[in-house]
Amino acid sequence: MNKHLLSIHDVTAEDIVRVLDTAESFREVGTRVIKKVPALRGRTVVNLFYENSTRTRISFELAAKRLSADVINFTTSGTSVAKGESLKDTALTLQAMGADAIVIRHASSGSPLTLTKWVRGSVLNAGDGTHEHPTQALLDLYTMRDRLGRLEGLRVAIVGDVLHSRVARSLSFALVKMGAEVTLVGPPTLIPPDAPSWGVAVSYDLDEVLPKLDVCYMLRVQRERQRQQYFPSVREYARLFGLTRDRVGRLPEGSLIMHPGPMNRGVEIDSDVADLPQAVMEEQVTNGIAIRMSLLYLLLGGRVEEASADA
Amino acid sequence: MREPLLFTGARIVDPESGRDHLGDVLVVEGLIRPVEEVPSDVTRIDCSGLVLAPGLVDPHTHLREPGREDKETVRTGCRAAALGGYTAVAPMPNTDPVADNAAVVHEVLDLGAQAALCDVLPVGAITRGQDGASMAELGELVDAGVRMFSDDGRAVSTPRVLRNALTYVKAFDDVVIAEHCEDDSLAADGQMHEGEHSYALGLAGKPRESEEIVVARDIAVARLTGGRLHLLHLSSAGSVEMVRRAKAEGLRVTAEATPHHLVFTDADLVTYDTNFKVNPPLRTPEDRDALRVALADGTIDVIGTDHAPHAVEEKEVEFDQAPPGTIGLETALAAVLTHLVEPGTITLTRAIELLSTAPARLLAAADHGGPIEPGRPANLVVFDPAAEWLVEPPFASRSRNCAFNGTTLRGRVVHTVYRGEPVVTDGKAQR
Repeated sequence: MNKHLLSIHDVTAEDIVRVLDTAESFREVGTRVIKKVPALRGRTVVNLFYENSTRTRISFELAAKRLSADVINFTTSGTSVAKGESLKDTALTLQAMGADAIVIRHASSGSPLTLTKWVRGSVLNAGDGTHEHPTQALLDLYTMRDRLGRLEGLRVAIVGDVLHSRVARSLSFALVKMGAEVTLVGPPTLIPPDAPSWGVAVSYDLDEVLPKLDVCYMLRVQRERQRQQYFPSVREYARLFGLTRDRVGRLPEGSLIMHPGPMNRGVEIDSDVADLPQAVMEEQVTNGIAIRMSLLYLLLGGRVEEASADA
Repeated sequence: MREPLLFTGARIVDPESGRDHLGDVLVVEGLIRPVEEVPSDVTRIDCSGLVLAPGLVDPHTHLREPGREDKETVRTGCRAAALGGYTAVAPMPNTDPVADNAAVVHEVLDLGAQAALCDVLPVGAITRGQDGASMAELGELVDAGVRMFSDDGRAVSTPRVLRNALTYVKAFDDVVIAEHCEDDSLAADGQMHEGEHSYALGLAGKPRESEEIVVARDIAVARLTGGRLHLLHLSSAGSVEMVRRAKAEGLRVTAEATPHHLVFTDADLVTYDTNFKVNPPLRTPEDRDALRVALADGTIDVIGTDHAPHAVEEKEVEFDQAPPGTIGLETALAAVLTHLVEPGTITLTRAIELLSTAPARLLAAADHGGPIEPGRPANLVVFDPAAEWLVEPPFASRSRNCAFNGTTLRGRVVHTVYRGEPVVTDGKAQR
């Protein structure tokens, strides 16, 4: 593994298998009464969140704490950043305080790479602008493999605002790397023009795609996109690309419905669809902790045997 | 008092006269004099192995004064210019306040005269406050000495305003309207050229068409008015082709390219280095190559630096928060020599024409651009075409945001003579 996780392009298929396998051994920790192993005792992990994201931050925080690392949560409101401190100065400060790993969430694409210029520790991208969200992709892969037993050959549709979605990008790259068949579905205005070069298929017709899927992965659609005229109305969007009760009937038996959250119930997904047993959003959240434990552990130089011994 | 200077054994490259030969140049009392008149007290400057050419003229500079003296002042910018071999620069009007009135123009002229490092030829705003809508008092600006008008930073908002400006300035001699070609609605939020690399980097893109739409529109308005239109910092192959056709048609259209668009491409942005964030954006190798061909065949008339100083703390930030621009006065000549003359894309004479003679003509700066003949004002540059150097801060410019940082270039200015004064001697600024 590289020192940093900035993009899915930083990891090989073998790395991904290792991350998922390591997560497997960590998932059990979350089921114990004492949910903790001493693997990263004495190490410092900083959560540097320039965008509000309660779920991702809590997930990383729990992951680091379950590994016994010291965790600092650095959010931007009410801190030196709110007083106008630059990313560089914040980075230098965290460096001076001895951060072993920095988990960064930022609205600007490329900020995690920029951060690596100023810190010596590992940098984990927890979502940067419209670029990538690699830990989300890895937890999604974990969930798919866990539920369906494999990744190779899986038929996955990623539906919605792919153009602005860092989740869709990381997930597509990771799935293609693992030999899955990915179809991007959405209005043509929200499909990246270079999508064919990702090794994925593109469709504008959700109903046609649904019967051939193992996984139907829905993306959050921001209402702002309607204001920017990527589609005429939320109503029309939901009519063409929303996962309704009727549409779920077209999915094959045993297929999964996934969503990275937070959901817009009634827009990209109907409320009762989100509550179906085949909708595995809560498992995604649970698995997210194990995946982030695995990543922190591997990036900070741990070994699986050690962790098991510690456990 | 000014001492007489005799530059000996130089390779004299003078596009205006078409000469390229070994010889001496005598400078007395601010003027070039016949070498037969060498006075006894002359200082001889050995120029063997060096090139002597008319001082360079930058038709596109940002000096930031008044308003952002933390980035650059007229004096620091002029010092950077002199060290880069320039004897005249044309600062754009997007200062604070905007150079849309004679008072600001006079201030910039005065500051330039005080610095006395090169001529400062202010560009006036086309519209008041560069709002794109209401014409500035262009006549007053012409009286103040302005010969080029531009709302650089953005295009004039409507064809109607451009039509009126192109028509209105026909009342004045030698005045040109210079356009920054970019359609706001297509370029909005764009951080770089839209293509393979913007998609991979997750950065919003500016498609070529955001430039080409405005180039097409402006050429149409030039045809409508018969006005004299200059297109700034072209970046796309399609724009170049349109200019080529407009010239073939006989329209009064000229065009500029910058060293950075002639050297770098969007592939250079893969590390999110904000020094490569420029406006218009660096495009693909095909676009860059089209610009190079256009330099050689005359479609592009001038090389302008678009020297755009920004404070370190403004550039050392997240990519989408950094302002666009690279400084260029101190690297333009070397970049052109290294990347265009050495590989044989253009001749040395053509390079000097693009950097000096043609921009002097564009700006109606009669004292610049040659010819190097007795009686002419002594605005000259002497450079070593073989001297290799590593581009790195600090610069004479107050800023350090240079796209060429960390690269090795060949070609170093040794002497710059401004109106007979040796303002740069042995590579050192004298004031």
